[in-house]
Amino acid sequence: MMGGKRAPWGGLCLAALGLAMMGYGVFRGELPVVLAKAINICMECIGIG
Amino acid sequence: MGKRNANEWKRHGIQALWALLTNSYLIGFAQGKIYKGKLKNLCVPGLNCYSCPGALGACPIGAMQAVIGSWNFKFAFYVAGFLVFTGALMGRFVCGWLCPFGLFQDLLHKLPFPWKVGAFKGDKLLRKLKYLVFAVFVVLLPLVLVDVLGQGAPYFCKLICPAGTLEGGIPLVLMNKSMQSALGVLYAWKNVLLLITVILSLLIYRPFCKYICPLGAVYSVFNPISVFRYRVDKGKCTGCGACARACKMQVDPAKDANHPECIRCGACKKACPVKAIQGHGNLSS
Repeated sequence: MMGGKRAPWGGLCLAALGLAMMGYGVFRGELPVVLAKAINICMECIGIG
Repeated sequence: MGKRNANEWKRHGIQALWALLTNSYLIGFAQGKIYKGKLKNLCVPGLNCYSCPGALGACPIGAMQAVIGSWNFKFAFYVAGFLVFTGALMGRFVCGWLCPFGLFQDLLHKLPFPWKVGAFKGDKLLRKLKYLVFAVFVVLLPLVLVDVLGQGAPYFCKLICPAGTLEGGIPLVLMNKSMQSALGVLYAWKNVLLLITVILSLLIYRPFCKYICPLGAVYSVFNPISVFRYRVDKGKCTGCGACARACKMQVDPAKDANHPECIRCGACKKACPVKAIQGHGNLSS
């Protein structure tokens, strides 16, 4: 008997929720903030800022 | 080379390949610059500084702080959604297989050292620290401690993250004279933290992942319910304890195969003499 052998529906539902959240984040314009931070050297991150 | 060692090196090969794939802007290392293309809209699953000259994607922890700390957004739906999506599919499989800083610590721990520390008094309590680090340095401080424009700094990256120093700070400073002249106390502090991480990694298996990493903290929450998870066949399990002895994260898979601390490295599966532990991710069960 496999301990805890269940179909991973909880995980799949959460993954779908995650995708929906990502979509909403993109829709409300969060991507440019992520991109702006990622394409410029983050002085704080490397210990200079 | 023993069978278990061969399997571990196979995992390290995949970790290295992934690290290379997601940090393949190699010209950046030569020129002391970072990649500025659109791929950086996307987050990578592991802790990978976006100021690493080779990085093609965005670090989810850095990106989360950037959005939370921006003047116009106070919640990072895109990055939080990415973490929920990745965590729900894989849990801490990411830590074991897709994190460059995890690989760095894995390799350091292989180096010979007079003594290696397993579980110790206070270890369990210390493992809760990563949740506090996530709550305080990744969420609260960037949200609350803001400048006159309402912008918060990425406090985890700034004050703690040794991956940023290793992957971004050191290579960029080595290649840029202008940066060398701007070094100060913060750079020294971050290098001290990196040095402490390196020394501790020689003694303890993955100390940063166990005690500090906010990304590991997030993924750990998903471990018990993620699509890919481990299962123990109770009919086969003899309770010999080989799996628990093989686990460097001090998890006992026979008791809880999807413990929040499990990084799905597979050592327990290989150690089990009756093959009672399996990784599952299908919908047929």
